[in-house]
Amino acid sequence: MTKVVFTLGDDISTDVIYPGRYMATVLPAETPEFAFADHAEFNARLKAKQIPPGSVLAAGKNFGCGSSREQAVSTLKGYELIIVAEGFARIFMQNAINLGLRLVTAPGFAASEGDELEIGEHQVKNLTSGRVVDIIQLPKARQVVMEAGGLIPYTRKRLLDQLQKSARKP
Amino acid sequence: MGMTVVEKILARASGQEGVKAGDVLEPKVDLAMSHENAALVINQFLEVYKDTGLEPRVWDPSRVAIIFDHRVPAESPKTATNQKKVRDFVARHMIAKFHDIRGDVGGICHQILPESGYVRPGAVVVGTDSHTTSHGALGAFAFGIGATEMASVWALGFAVNIEVPLTIKVEVHGLFPPFVGPKDLILNCIGRLTAQGANFRVIEFHGETIRKMSTSGRLVICNMSVEAGATAGIVPADEETIRYLREEAGVTEPVTPVVPDGDARYTQILEVDVSNLVPQIACPHTVDNVKPVDQVAGTRVQQIVIGSCTNGRFDDLEVAAGILRGRKVAAGTRMLVFPASGRIYQKAIERGLVADFMKAGAVVMNPGCGPCLGVHEGALGDGEVALSTTNRNFKGRMGNPNSGVYLCSPAVAAASAVTGMITDPRKGGASS
Repeated sequence: MTKVVFTLGDDISTDVIYPGRYMATVLPAETPEFAFADHAEFNARLKAKQIPPGSVLAAGKNFGCGSSREQAVSTLKGYELIIVAEGFARIFMQNAINLGLRLVTAPGFAASEGDELEIGEHQVKNLTSGRVVDIIQLPKARQVVMEAGGLIPYTRKRLLDQLQKSARKP
Repeated sequence: MGMTVVEKILARASGQEGVKAGDVLEPKVDLAMSHENAALVINQFLEVYKDTGLEPRVWDPSRVAIIFDHRVPAESPKTATNQKKVRDFVARHMIAKFHDIRGDVGGICHQILPESGYVRPGAVVVGTDSHTTSHGALGAFAFGIGATEMASVWALGFAVNIEVPLTIKVEVHGLFPPFVGPKDLILNCIGRLTAQGANFRVIEFHGETIRKMSTSGRLVICNMSVEAGATAGIVPADEETIRYLREEAGVTEPVTPVVPDGDARYTQILEVDVSNLVPQIACPHTVDNVKPVDQVAGTRVQQIVIGSCTNGRFDDLEVAAGILRGRKVAAGTRMLVFPASGRIYQKAIERGLVADFMKAGAVVMNPGCGPCLGVHEGALGDGEVALSTTNRNFKGRMGNPNSGVYLCSPAVAAASAVTGMITDPRKGGASS
């Protein structure tokens, strides 16, 4: 069981998640400071460690639209948030899979701050409202990246495989 | 079964006869572009090699392009240090397609790539910038990726596990009326498709209006395809593409256009007739909040911005200067002009456009992204409104969540600069 700690609507852009003016900060370890910087109260709660890892950020359709900035993912990953949304924008979804930020796509999902959720493999149950919605699985093509623990370990593995293969060639 | 342009490009790049939407491939990358965020790419790239005992090596330095544009010249010591790290990396790995902060070969990445002849029809182009979709204007499959994904491309030379996207066909007919152009067309399409209507899909542009459109205009519509969520926008290459590559980009090698098959499969077809199109405005705070100009005309504007990877090209400046010539930017309104590249800036000086802008009271800035993403110059004050030829108007985009950004064409921006309020350029604005 987990709790919804913040709710947002449709089309939440990466400018809202991680405002452009903090983009000079690039390293994943340093970006969490500016998560939702323009939502001062939520940003303060995050920084004060009042939000336990595994808490849920609930959103509507097209979450993470706009810029390809990876800071928008690493900033949320820093707090180990789970994003449950009706849908995600392509680059954001890809970046999240690459960095191991947990996304749950659940069309029809609705929640209020404080709601308790049970996130299963196939369904999200809102224990507070009683509503259950189905989960759309993340793209199969990307399963291997998730299983490897992210794109860095996956690329490392592919690189070493490549070298082994070419070493075996006569 | 017939293939779309992107299916053909992906088939070629992954060494397959035919592919269809949904197939998973690993296409070879022809060009891998980054800007200042190369600093993060470098960090992730070095992570890949950690504890492997291998020397980090970019798969093919000739296929990597790095262009500084987001914060030029650096606005902070932090940015300057990141840029320095990138310069060191570029030198160590012998990356020749590096465009530093310069008046001759510098500028915005999505202008530098085409004008330098780096993008060819049929190519697979990836960029750590969502507006990498721009390069579909030259008939390439070009899409935005994150920094870690780019680190993976630098190491491997291909994009891992790419799913072939579905394609939406947009058929455009008719002649643009005066003061209406590609920006109005794409804003209208985004309004109709919505901000997520093309998510995970490619938009392929067709019709006689597109065939007659210059590469500069095609760059506008492909650039903003991502605002409907599209993975890529693409105009199948034709005579105009070849003309542009020969005459403007100095390409001398053979160029082979890739065109779709007659029986290619599209998931959706959108028809647009531009003959009755009016100037379009995207209102705060989403790009799909599009209205005809008369619905917002009269809205007071404190800052006008002309420029960006969307509308900072020579023809954009020419339209704007034509409207401003002999007039003045209204009191209480400031106007910033950002030519998209040093080359465009020089041409604008030679043709007298810079003088036109300055005499009217506009400030002509150096090429770069400028205030578009709120990191550099041109921030907005609380409660202020900007009218901009850029591509995004998300809350806080121009550096202040307590401000609003309207998006428009260069013609609307210039006419509105004269009156200090959103103005229909067909009505001429105040002729004071």
